[in-house]
Amino acid sequence: MTAFADQLLPVELEERAPDDLSQLLTADRVADPVDASRAADAQPAARGVPPKPAEQSEQPVQLGPSTQSDRAARPDRSDSAARADQPVQRSARAGRPGRNLGDIGWRGLTLAAAVTTVLALGSVMAFLALEGAPAVAGDATDLPAQAPDIWALTWPLLFGSAWVSGLALAVAAPVGVGIALFSVLIARRRLGGWLGASIDILAAVPSVVYGLWGLTVLAPLVAPAYAWVADRLGWIPFLAGPASATGRTVLTAAMVLAVMVLPLVASLSREVIRLVPSNLIEGALALGATRWEMIRLVVLPQARSGITAGVMLALGRALGETMAVAMVLSPTPFLISFHLLRSENPGTVASFIAQNFPEAHGLETNALIWLGLVLFALTFLINSLARTLVRPKGGTT
Amino acid sequence: MSHLQLDRVSAYYGAFQAVADVSLNIEPCSITALIGPSGCGKSTLLRTINRLHETIPGARVTGDVRLNGQDVLGPGSDPVEVRSRVGMVFQRANPFPTMSISENVLAGVKLRGRRLAPKQAEQVVERSLKAANLWQETKDRLKKSGAGLSGGQQQRLCIARAIAVQPEVLLMDEPCSALDPASTAAIEELMVTLKSDYTVVVVTHNLAQAARVSDQTAFMSVDRAGQPGRLIEHGSTVSLFNAPTQTATCDYIAGKFG
Repeated sequence: MTAFADQLLPVELEERAPDDLSQLLTADRVADPVDASRAADAQPAARGVPPKPAEQSEQPVQLGPSTQSDRAARPDRSDSAARADQPVQRSARAGRPGRNLGDIGWRGLTLAAAVTTVLALGSVMAFLALEGAPAVAGDATDLPAQAPDIWALTWPLLFGSAWVSGLALAVAAPVGVGIALFSVLIARRRLGGWLGASIDILAAVPSVVYGLWGLTVLAPLVAPAYAWVADRLGWIPFLAGPASATGRTVLTAAMVLAVMVLPLVASLSREVIRLVPSNLIEGALALGATRWEMIRLVVLPQARSGITAGVMLALGRALGETMAVAMVLSPTPFLISFHLLRSENPGTVASFIAQNFPEAHGLETNALIWLGLVLFALTFLINSLARTLVRPKGGTT
Repeated sequence: MSHLQLDRVSAYYGAFQAVADVSLNIEPCSITALIGPSGCGKSTLLRTINRLHETIPGARVTGDVRLNGQDVLGPGSDPVEVRSRVGMVFQRANPFPTMSISENVLAGVKLRGRRLAPKQAEQVVERSLKAANLWQETKDRLKKSGAGLSGGQQQRLCIARAIAVQPEVLLMDEPCSALDPASTAAIEELMVTLKSDYTVVVVTHNLAQAARVSDQTAFMSVDRAGQPGRLIEHGSTVSLFNAPTQTATCDYIAGKFG
């Protein structure tokens, strides 16, 4: 989760920061017409604004003109301010320094926070790229797990990550959205609240605990079921035997991951479903919709973007999850396999890095960092995909 | 085109009784206005008719509502079926924002499980929008979102959506209170034309509007906060406004309270 959240937030900031900054600066300047006219001749110095923030924004040139036009757009206020007599102006000025100092302080603090996150992201990316590069550029000797070359190592692990996470989401997404719909729209208020609280507690369980639970409780529990399924339904390609005797398979790992990411999907979905305007819900009901039709007609379309965001966040967490997968799954090197029940399973990027890093040296370390870069790129890709999906269709009400 | 009878209807929100013992006879093909001060339970009463009241947690209704003699509130009645016969227009226009104008109009029709050929669907859309007096303004943008319309147009779109399924009764809960005078006039004009096909019940705070459009008027009031709302007087709009029999009605119409 943290890995994904770390990526999500800086990206957002990085993309938005310039706009927000320029808006912030512009808004601040036109907030007080008296001050705007005063500041026109000696802007940066008088305002105490260091030139740096302005340079950070992408359109520093626009600041001046937009200030002008905004002032022009509100001649009444400037006029009245200009016509105002001396005492009023003085009191206005007397009120300024304290407030201004606070504004500057806050702006500095928030700006510092924004810059820090962007810098952190940049340094992580630079670290991954610089340290990972030798693994791709250098000879194919001395790679972890005696891999013949870096791609033979990368692809199976990347596949494993995507496969386990995909399976986990295939379970967690419908269940999570179902829980959210139930707790907001169907359950009585007290039951809904109780359900929401227990889901939130589920989110607070550390991943090591999930790993232990998967290893010691879930795996033995499902092993007989796997044998049964492989026996009866083995003709379905995914479910072919021989089934693992320990139950520690890709499917078990995916189930553990599904339980882990369920709270993310459920709580984010619950929040957006709660925000669906009640007049739309009543409108659908009044039109003769059943409860399910109302959900399909109004609630899901309205909540779609929020639910998508929740699912993508969950996918990010599942991809980055290390401990639980490492504990449940004992991977077979370089394996790409869709079999769900066998004891030979593909590994995942994150757990491979965690398991191999302590003993890695030389190029092995570079190769592991390279894998980290690949995982980063994948989550980044998913994040961008989520952004394009999240744009709501139609207008907002 | 249906006869609507309310018999000793009481409505509750949990332990609080909002409406007490309202009996009302609503003639087919007429407009009945429900007037009264805020909090007197007119909207609640309206929402009992299409069983929307009971969708609120803890809310319940007692008494009898009959639509063409058929029991609406009883255990044998399906609320979804009732709502498909009783259309409703809300105080705030609520077109479905993710749908286009024509999808909005067809939303109710599709809920009935009726599969329409594209040609038929177009006809339903055109007929409903014409009936709602919105066709001229929207015929070139049927595929665009309904959220782009003005407030008055959105409200007429909601009326079109409600009448697309040809209900028997049309309930309107303060349909003009969020609109400007021009849009209000358009909706009022529309109400009068709708009366030839539908039984219309309209809740309004606007006495002039009640006097302008309605045939029958029912005046509800509440003694003081915390008490349930009661029906004080019901009669033809002309007689109720010109010769009210109750002092409370007289005071309300004269603007002494409410």
